Amino acid sequence: AENEPPSGTPCTQLLIFVATPGCDGFPSLDSKENYKLSVSEDSMLLSADAVWGALRGLETFSQLVGRDENGTYYINNTEIVDFPRFPHRGLLLDTSRHYLPLRAILETLDVMAYNKFNVFHWHIVDDPSFPYESFTFPELSKQGAFNAMTHVYTASDVQTVIEYARLRGIRVIAEFDTPGHTLSWGPGAPGLLTPCYLGKEPSGTYGPINPTLNSTYKFVASLFQEVSTVFPDFFLHLGGDEVDFTCWKSNPKIHAFMKEMGFGEDYKKLESFYIQRLLDIISSLGKGYIVWQEVFDNGVKVRPDTIIHVWKENSTPYMEEMANVTKAGYRALLSAPWYLNRISYGQDWIAAYRVEPLAFKGSPEQKEQVMGGEACMWGEYVDVTNLTPRLW
Amino acid sequence: SRRAMGRAMGLAGLLLGLFLVPAVLVSTSLRHGVPLTEPETTRELAEWEPVSGTVREDSLWPLPQWLRTSPRQLQLAPGRFQLVHGAGSTAGPDCGLLQDAFRRYIEYMFGQSRRRTWGRRPPGGLTGPELWELQVVIEAPDPGCNSYPQLASSEAYHLTVTEPVAILKADEVWGALRGLETFSQLVHEDDYGSFLVNESEINDFPRFAHRGILLDTSRHYLPLKSILTNLDAMAFNKFNVLHWHIVDDQSFPYQSIYFPELSDKGAYSYNHIYTPTDVRVVIEYARLRGIRVIPEFDTPGHTQSWGKGQKDLLTPCYSGERPTGSFGPVNPILNTTYDFMSKFYKEISNVFPDAYIHLGGDEVDFSCWKSNPEVREFMKKQGFGIDYAKLESYYIQKILDIVSSYNKGYMVWQEVFDNKAQLKPDTVVQVWMGNNYADELSSVTGAGFTAILAAPWYLDYISYGQDWKKYYKVEPLKFSGSEKQKKLLIGGEACLWGEFVDATNLTPRLWPRASAVGERLWSSRNVTDLQDAYERLTNHRCRML
Repeated sequence: AENEPPSGTPCTQLLIFVATPGCDGFPSLDSKENYKLSVSEDSMLLSADAVWGALRGLETFSQLVGRDENGTYYINNTEIVDFPRFPHRGLLLDTSRHYLPLRAILETLDVMAYNKFNVFHWHIVDDPSFPYESFTFPELSKQGAFNAMTHVYTASDVQTVIEYARLRGIRVIAEFDTPGHTLSWGPGAPGLLTPCYLGKEPSGTYGPINPTLNSTYKFVASLFQEVSTVFPDFFLHLGGDEVDFTCWKSNPKIHAFMKEMGFGEDYKKLESFYIQRLLDIISSLGKGYIVWQEVFDNGVKVRPDTIIHVWKENSTPYMEEMANVTKAGYRALLSAPWYLNRISYGQDWIAAYRVEPLAFKGSPEQKEQVMGGEACMWGEYVDVTNLTPRLW
Repeated sequence: SRRAMGRAMGLAGLLLGLFLVPAVLVSTSLRHGVPLTEPETTRELAEWEPVSGTVREDSLWPLPQWLRTSPRQLQLAPGRFQLVHGAGSTAGPDCGLLQDAFRRYIEYMFGQSRRRTWGRRPPGGLTGPELWELQVVIEAPDPGCNSYPQLASSEAYHLTVTEPVAILKADEVWGALRGLETFSQLVHEDDYGSFLVNESEINDFPRFAHRGILLDTSRHYLPLKSILTNLDAMAFNKFNVLHWHIVDDQSFPYQSIYFPELSDKGAYSYNHIYTPTDVRVVIEYARLRGIRVIPEFDTPGHTQSWGKGQKDLLTPCYSGERPTGSFGPVNPILNTTYDFMSKFYKEISNVFPDAYIHLGGDEVDFSCWKSNPEVREFMKKQGFGIDYAKLESYYIQKILDIVSSYNKGYMVWQEVFDNKAQLKPDTVVQVWMGNNYADELSSVTGAGFTAILAAPWYLDYISYGQDWKKYYKVEPLKFSGSEKQKKLLIGGEACLWGEFVDATNLTPRLWPRASAVGERLWSSRNVTDLQDAYERLTNHRCRML
């Protein structure tokens, strides 16, 4: 079909109408992202309840504009009513396995906006390195970063990310994963990690955070006090995954503590003990929390408004986990089928596309508990040289 | 300063103090030994250390055949150090290839340094043993400065690094290029930013003469820059053949002089072509790095894009009595086909200077031929019965004859051999089919043909994790055959087919995975230690970045 040459007055303005103010606020889980787009010869109108919807609408509008062979920009008559199916649509970047320079993070935020993602899950520290510059505990990055001068995120970097994200309607949820995944915390916080034992003597290696010491909770409280002020989102991701019990088991003082507390040989109870105290600390700071599924699987007592992050593909089929989590009344996030770091040959996007997050047995109320999901790009084999083509 | 050297030696010396590299050579009796790696440098692959520990100072890749280093370190001053032609060299300042290489390698070694003052060594005040220059001495009467590299070119070199002058001896310029790369890998920076090199002696040459990378510019167009960057990476890894799979079904980006319609109609767009100038740029850029460019114009299959600009070249497919409108492989029954091919390959033979052209010949789908009544008629006349492999061979043979008449040798995919075409004795058969490639190698070499191996090295098949290891573990000569047969395996190629690859992801997908193949093809057969390879490769990768 031929396109008719443009007739009448060329479109000169897209009018944007936002119902509720909020330009200076931060996006949240409850933000309204719906919008209406109306394009006709007479007018072009984008209306939204909140600025976040306007951002989504602008992206859509930009995708509608085409260019013909003569170079003329055009847009078809269009009516769009749009809103997200899930309110939490996230992307996880791992800046501990490999440091990602600021520009890589900002570029990722741009592409997230093109795809209407609205949560940047910043898995900022882990075993291999601690790039987060803490003002309360500067030694953490001084001793724990790959290079304390070059491979760190300064306070200003972090603010840059948060603001860059905000301007795109993207929430930044920081993850400081504990008690496992904390080897890099050790050098800058002596006494924090559990010393592992070989027989009667310390072996020189370390394990997860030591849950038996008061100093641990003092430290954790101070650190998270800082983190809650630095990151404005209501939610913090507290991790809680893959806690290896072997080091705890090897340590006689931990043994003694277990006896004292009546935990017997069940180290899950010790893990819960730690997590519970952590959650109380976070709550007292006025934040909500997201945790990896082990926290739920291991029977830790969590607040009703906790969000459980489902990531395991193997042990329990993840759809079963989604059913269990939501049945227990918790909200859920799905990541298990979306570990994009696991690259394979060919059009593997199809497998990711085919996932139906609500394909589990449960009541409509349960299904309402699914907040959304996250694509994860773990960094074991990813750095700035291959992040963008691997993720997008 | 001596203190700096002392400090540097504290780290480096510990690592390198007893550094002997194993090398078992076929011919000469040279010293060999077992690598002694210090416990501190052995890293658990499974564990990650939070802060980077001691790093190997020099990480050679690929590992030379024979290497001896001493803990004694010499300093290099970026403002003074020079790469020069040595006395008695048959190459001199008029050797453009070496001049270009000198400048390039100075940039690689010292480019990051900000010191720009050019000056003589300050008199008096000894600051430590210094390496003034590296002298390059080419020994063959014809050094090769103005020639193109060939299969038989000598890439061997001998490098001695001692105070005050290092000497790089090679038969031909190609060996000098390899030696310069190695020398640049020996030069390292200490904690104080001083450039150091350990006194060493290296004797090196490639295990296999054909070490290639296949790039596919038909499934996705690759801009010139992307190809040139790749040639640089190839030189870092001592690859010496660019197998340019330039056209295929999807697009025909090669701008032909005799048949401009081929790319006019067959390329993705006017912006997605390689002009004659582009092609010349690639060939010369490669030559300056000792890399041969072997073009592949794959026929009779894989030719959909050819049909757009060359009417009647492809076989019309039939459904019953009527043509369907779609086309199959090149039509082998028409004289016009061979007229075209004759003229086309004349151009290709002139444009590409290498002694070899790759003619393809893979994956010919017979269904279209079978459907065409004229083809069936032809089969009858020729007495081929219903054996379409015979028709395929009939076609290929005529192409082989055409190409031979232009004095070119040819490479073909294994099907051409499998389907029993009559090949000239110096044909190179490329073994690519995955299952049982060892058997295929036995058959090909058993029949007296030269072979190259690609089957285990299809790098487009990316997978999660450290898949470089499986490429590294391949032993090309692990097939049954006599010594004579084994000699017929002249090398291999890492292939990066373009279905899912373009300029946005080529470099991270190909490298450093292809480096594993590079070492397998250059270094000695018993360089197989994965742990050692991992350490050298991680450093090599950072250096390439």
